[in-house]
Amino acid sequence: MSLLEIKNLHASVNGNEILKGIDLTINPGEVHSIMGPNGSGKSTLAGVLARREAYVVTQGQIMFNGKDLLEMPAEEVACEGLFLAFQYPVEIPGISNAYFLRTALNAIRKYRGEEELDAMDFLPLLREKMRLLEMDEKFLNRAVNEGFSGGEKKRNEIVQMAVLEPRLGVLDETDSGLDIDALRIVANGVNSMRNKGRSFLVVTHYQRLLNYIVPDFVHVLVNGRIVKSGGPELALELEEKGYSWTEPELARR
Amino acid sequence: MSTTEQIQDLTKQEYKWGFITSVEEDRLPPGLNEDVIRAIAQKKGEPEFMLEWRLKAYRYWASLEQKHQEPKWANVQFPPIDYQALSYYSAPKQKKELKSLEEVDPEILATYDKLGIPLHEQKLLAGVAVDAVFDSVSVATTFKAKLAEAGVIFCSFSEAVKNHPDLVKKYLGSVVPYTDNFYAALNSAVFSDGSFVYVPKGVRCPMELSTYFRINAQNTGQFERTLIIADEGAYVSYLEGCTAPVRDENQLHAAVVELIAHDNATIKYSTVQNWYPGDKEGKGGIYNFVTKRGKCLGKNSKISWTQVETGSAITWKYPSCILQGENSVGEFYSVALTNNFQQADTGTKMIHIGKNTKSTIVSKGISAGHGQNTYRGQVKILKGAQGARNYTQCDSLLIGDKCGAHTFPYIEVRNASARMEHEASTSKIGEDQIFYLQQRGISKEEAVSMIINGFCKTVFRELPMEFAVEAQKLLSISLEGSVG
Repeated sequence: MSLLEIKNLHASVNGNEILKGIDLTINPGEVHSIMGPNGSGKSTLAGVLARREAYVVTQGQIMFNGKDLLEMPAEEVACEGLFLAFQYPVEIPGISNAYFLRTALNAIRKYRGEEELDAMDFLPLLREKMRLLEMDEKFLNRAVNEGFSGGEKKRNEIVQMAVLEPRLGVLDETDSGLDIDALRIVANGVNSMRNKGRSFLVVTHYQRLLNYIVPDFVHVLVNGRIVKSGGPELALELEEKGYSWTEPELARR
Repeated sequence: MSTTEQIQDLTKQEYKWGFITSVEEDRLPPGLNEDVIRAIAQKKGEPEFMLEWRLKAYRYWASLEQKHQEPKWANVQFPPIDYQALSYYSAPKQKKELKSLEEVDPEILATYDKLGIPLHEQKLLAGVAVDAVFDSVSVATTFKAKLAEAGVIFCSFSEAVKNHPDLVKKYLGSVVPYTDNFYAALNSAVFSDGSFVYVPKGVRCPMELSTYFRINAQNTGQFERTLIIADEGAYVSYLEGCTAPVRDENQLHAAVVELIAHDNATIKYSTVQNWYPGDKEGKGGIYNFVTKRGKCLGKNSKISWTQVETGSAITWKYPSCILQGENSVGEFYSVALTNNFQQADTGTKMIHIGKNTKSTIVSKGISAGHGQNTYRGQVKILKGAQGARNYTQCDSLLIGDKCGAHTFPYIEVRNASARMEHEASTSKIGEDQIFYLQQRGISKEEAVSMIINGFCKTVFRELPMEFAVEAQKLLSISLEGSVG
């Protein structure tokens, strides 16, 4: 059974149709990348999958983990195992990273019918994941994303993903604003999580990230439609020729 | 369901502690005049000096009332109060003096149980002495023996008048004179009971002192009076928590609290206020017009106010510090929440008189629904206050687009050596923040509660542990999901 199956997805933001018929299937263990120019609908797709309220689905269906994703509120989608690494992680003043993440993990464990973790069990787990992402322990007690640099925020997203162990990790332009060292650290974090059961959807504008996180499939999103799909070599082709190269394909539809 | 709907759903939550206990009452008929004052004093068996003081206060109040000189500067609106329509004394009838809890009216105990007021064994084990004020008369006081051992006096105001008249005479009205303001004058004239604490020289009070107030009788103004004295080198932490049952008509609550800290003494006063706020249409609810003030009389003394105000239809309250002693310290930490049609005008006054006096003000205002939240603060540095310092931080959080946040800081500096800092911010609770937390598996209600608690953290940190937990719960209940 596929993990994610998107059929003829149309979605609007503020009454403007952004996604105009997306079909995409992701099987367990696969890494897919969505590439596309600015404004093509990449982040909207990520937002729709995470059930952001402002994104209204007007047509189509999405099955996730055998369930109708569009019937679930955002927190349930998260509990079902869909993790969105935000392009712009939000600051939550006054709430420590550790407390926030333990609350999140326990909400998910509770949903799965597992026992909740107390601080004693949780902290070693969090420390381990933070080491993996080369994050200083001082971030444990800092308020969520508050005063973090751009790169620290992105690494913090991956720490969260590593702790929550989703079935599908959706990375929304995680590479934007990262220097080459941070990019390598983030990619290592993601790669260490790759396994037969876990899938990723890597949304990016640039091919650069895909040198580190090598996808099984690459899809090109232009003007709300997937206009081309292929293997990792497609990303390189795009890097070389630019997105305008795909436009004739778009015109044919 | 959309966010807005969910929130509306949640904000519609009924006040969880609304119920009426039927207890045989001993009450005066409505109306206020000198005879009523005399009757109160007589019922309470008070000495002559108290009656005289009450009468002076009454005459002063009556002179203001005649000229309609209620305070009108606060940013709150309500119809005029008919003071002659209120009854000024109401006490549960008691046949004899009570020796133990078993003798207390079981209905009263049941009320406490419903409120979760821990008067029983568990609480005793937890080490908290509770002086429970049921309407106007203290019905039970616990842990007296242990406190007495330390020399701490913790009793109802009535008992203090009987057993420690010299202390009462010396300190009553020394911080809040009856001429202070309209409501303080009214309270001085008719106050029925309250709490009294005296911590002698060099004594650190062995436990947190806690009092629960609860308005019960219909149509009864509640007038509490609290007096806390910390003698040289003493330390005391006092907790006050309130809940009140549902009523249709508004009820007036005009309390007075006076604190006195001598040399090297510290008083920490924490409040969780959850009087009935009125229904979601703004009907009913308590008018909470309170005068709270502490005097740092001695050098190196410290008074710290922490308040979490979630209840009442209208709150009018400015816990203040008079920093008279050299190096004395005043602190004010506040969370004020207004939802539905609640109005709050609250803040503090820090009056720096002595040298090197220091004050800190941290105010967190949260407005939801149609709530109106005003911070009003005064920092006054007098001529002699060489080297005085003040830090003020004043943050407002708006939930939805029908509420309001207002800030009125007054700063008056008469000594050039003073150092003042003022920070202020206003923000809206973000859909983005809520979505972020939801995307991590946290429910919307929990997400809102988490964001609010984060916003209030610097204040909650000042509360005693168990109180902080209670305050967080209260905030969640009062607000759950009111995000639009």
